[in-house]
Amino acid sequence: MGKFAALALTLLAAPLVLSAAEPAAGEPEAAAPVRWENWHAGNNVADVGSLQRGARNFMNYCIGCHSLKYLRYQRMGDDLEIPTEELNTNLVAPGSTNLDYIVTSMPATDAANWFGKTPPDLSLIARSRSPDYIYRFLKTFYSDPSRPTRSDNLAYPSTAMPAVLSDLEGVKAAVLGPTKMFDHFQTISPGNMSAEQFDGFVRDTVNFLDYVGDPAQVERRSIGLWVVLFLLLLSAFALALKKEYWKDVH
Amino acid sequence: MTPDANKNGYRTVARGGLWGWINQRLPVDVFWRSQLSEYYAPKNFNIWYFFGSLALLVLVLQLVTGIFLTMFYKVGAATSFDSVEFIMREVRYGWLIRYLHSAGASAFFIVVYLHMYRALLYGSYKAPRELLWLFGMIIYLALMAEAFLGYVLPWGNMSFWAATVIINLFGTIPGIGPGLVEWIRGDYGIADATLNRFFSLHVVAVPLVLLLLVALHLVALHEVGSNNPDGVEIKDKKDARGRPLDGIPFHPYYTVKDIVGVCVFLTLLAIVVFFVPTFGDLFLEKANFEPANPLSTPDPISPSWYFTPYYAILRAVPDQRIGALLMLIAVVSFFFLPWLDRSPVRSMRYRGWISRTFLALFTISFLALMYLGLQPAQEPYVTMARIFAVPYFAFFWLMPFYSRIDAVKPVPERVTFHG
Repeated sequence: MGKFAALALTLLAAPLVLSAAEPAAGEPEAAAPVRWENWHAGNNVADVGSLQRGARNFMNYCIGCHSLKYLRYQRMGDDLEIPTEELNTNLVAPGSTNLDYIVTSMPATDAANWFGKTPPDLSLIARSRSPDYIYRFLKTFYSDPSRPTRSDNLAYPSTAMPAVLSDLEGVKAAVLGPTKMFDHFQTISPGNMSAEQFDGFVRDTVNFLDYVGDPAQVERRSIGLWVVLFLLLLSAFALALKKEYWKDVH
Repeated sequence: MTPDANKNGYRTVARGGLWGWINQRLPVDVFWRSQLSEYYAPKNFNIWYFFGSLALLVLVLQLVTGIFLTMFYKVGAATSFDSVEFIMREVRYGWLIRYLHSAGASAFFIVVYLHMYRALLYGSYKAPRELLWLFGMIIYLALMAEAFLGYVLPWGNMSFWAATVIINLFGTIPGIGPGLVEWIRGDYGIADATLNRFFSLHVVAVPLVLLLLVALHLVALHEVGSNNPDGVEIKDKKDARGRPLDGIPFHPYYTVKDIVGVCVFLTLLAIVVFFVPTFGDLFLEKANFEPANPLSTPDPISPSWYFTPYYAILRAVPDQRIGALLMLIAVVSFFFLPWLDRSPVRSMRYRGWISRTFLALFTISFLALMYLGLQPAQEPYVTMARIFAVPYFAFFWLMPFYSRIDAVKPVPERVTFHG
């Protein structure tokens, strides 16, 4: 089924999509097998508070390596209702101004040397993958001392990205089940955040990246509602006009 | 010839003033009357008859949005992808124009497929409408070329690989194939040179051809007149003044009716554009939000949904050359319909169970192949594509036999209404 089922569902549910905020399923600490493949980000791009926190997270943890080269600080500030003053003091990276694109200061060639590949630009990551994918990726790092980064990832095995959020989440090991497949996580050392706090942190970050992927999407949906209502009204008038003209056709 | 009538017999009303002055030099009035207000169309058109005017609307939509996109799009392997994102983010309402254009491409194929299906249902390709059908089919081919060329322009990774796969098909032509592929690409791989020429073809050459063909399609239509769901020739029964008894003037009757179709269509288009512009990966694929990368192949590579019935046939054959040939035949078969169909009646309403069964099987096969072409090239999909290809081809190439032996019902003298 796949695409066709999705097609039918999206068409039916089109006007409802905007506020579909599902709760995230499953927590990594559960004893039962963790079905991380089924986790959903459950983010809501209309939630400006969440987007603001996500922007803060990005500027604190991601921009060291990753750019958002298609987005300007000021556009982000306008969309996320962040005053320019606050934008400049808290979010704009040193050496940039609020009118610049959001670009990491890490030189690409150095990055390629350090990590094996240049960390990708994340402007469109939510579109080329999906918010759910980013959520699963950020929540399934586990300790693996055999790798150069001393960690690996379930959603993207052999990723070159280190577990940069481990001081927040803590370090966890992947415990295998009887069939030598992943079964569940086990905490090795706790982080600065509780599981709930970290989940919120990741969801806000994913939400922000979802916004970055298509910054006009909230505006698009709010305009769309009026456009569709107008066209429905116009259709009704057009139908009445047609009926009037066709009265005498038998 | 009286001064009141021109050579076509249409009265010219406007005598004086600016309007008269114009009409003595340009047949505006005559054209309006002969093609609209005194052009008679059957009065029993049903919902299937909306899609011709809708195709015209989508053509205009694509031209207008395309003109605005071209103002900001920067062709080139180094600039194309970035400029599309510039349109999406920094051009005021650029996202609207782009989504209208991308959803419009899919909408074009939806209305054209329904428009063509109407012809299959009511035998609209049969004499005297063979040329009308042929012009329509050439439009369909030009539209496929236009859609493919346009798909490459955003220079996403699926753009790159779709171009690679499709252009390589020309390499299966014996003898000249490899040289031809190189000539089309202008390079040893899909590259900047390819992108530049595809842009030129997409915004200038093919649209010009499309406009010319649409004009010919409409001239041919107005020469022979529309068919209708009963397949009855309305020109056979005329009143004392020579007007078809079952005809009504296109304007105002069908202009006001088509406005209803336009409004409903625009409503559906707006729902897609504003709420589900990617349409679950069907109208804009995830892989195309990554820039073109010759070192990374999307998995699976699948063309846009409107090409997948043919793509499924291509992949169903182990030998690429035979697969490409079968794919070509699958498209070209439509051209021969006027001569393959030997039924004495036009409309499915008056044909027997054999023709109806073949059409139903063809419909199911086309949709099934469309679905299968979107799946990865693995079992059971490949075998299923082979199975569904059989009724697809049987519909066309057994038609000379089954359409002749099929029992037909008596066709009424005049058109009927079915609600």
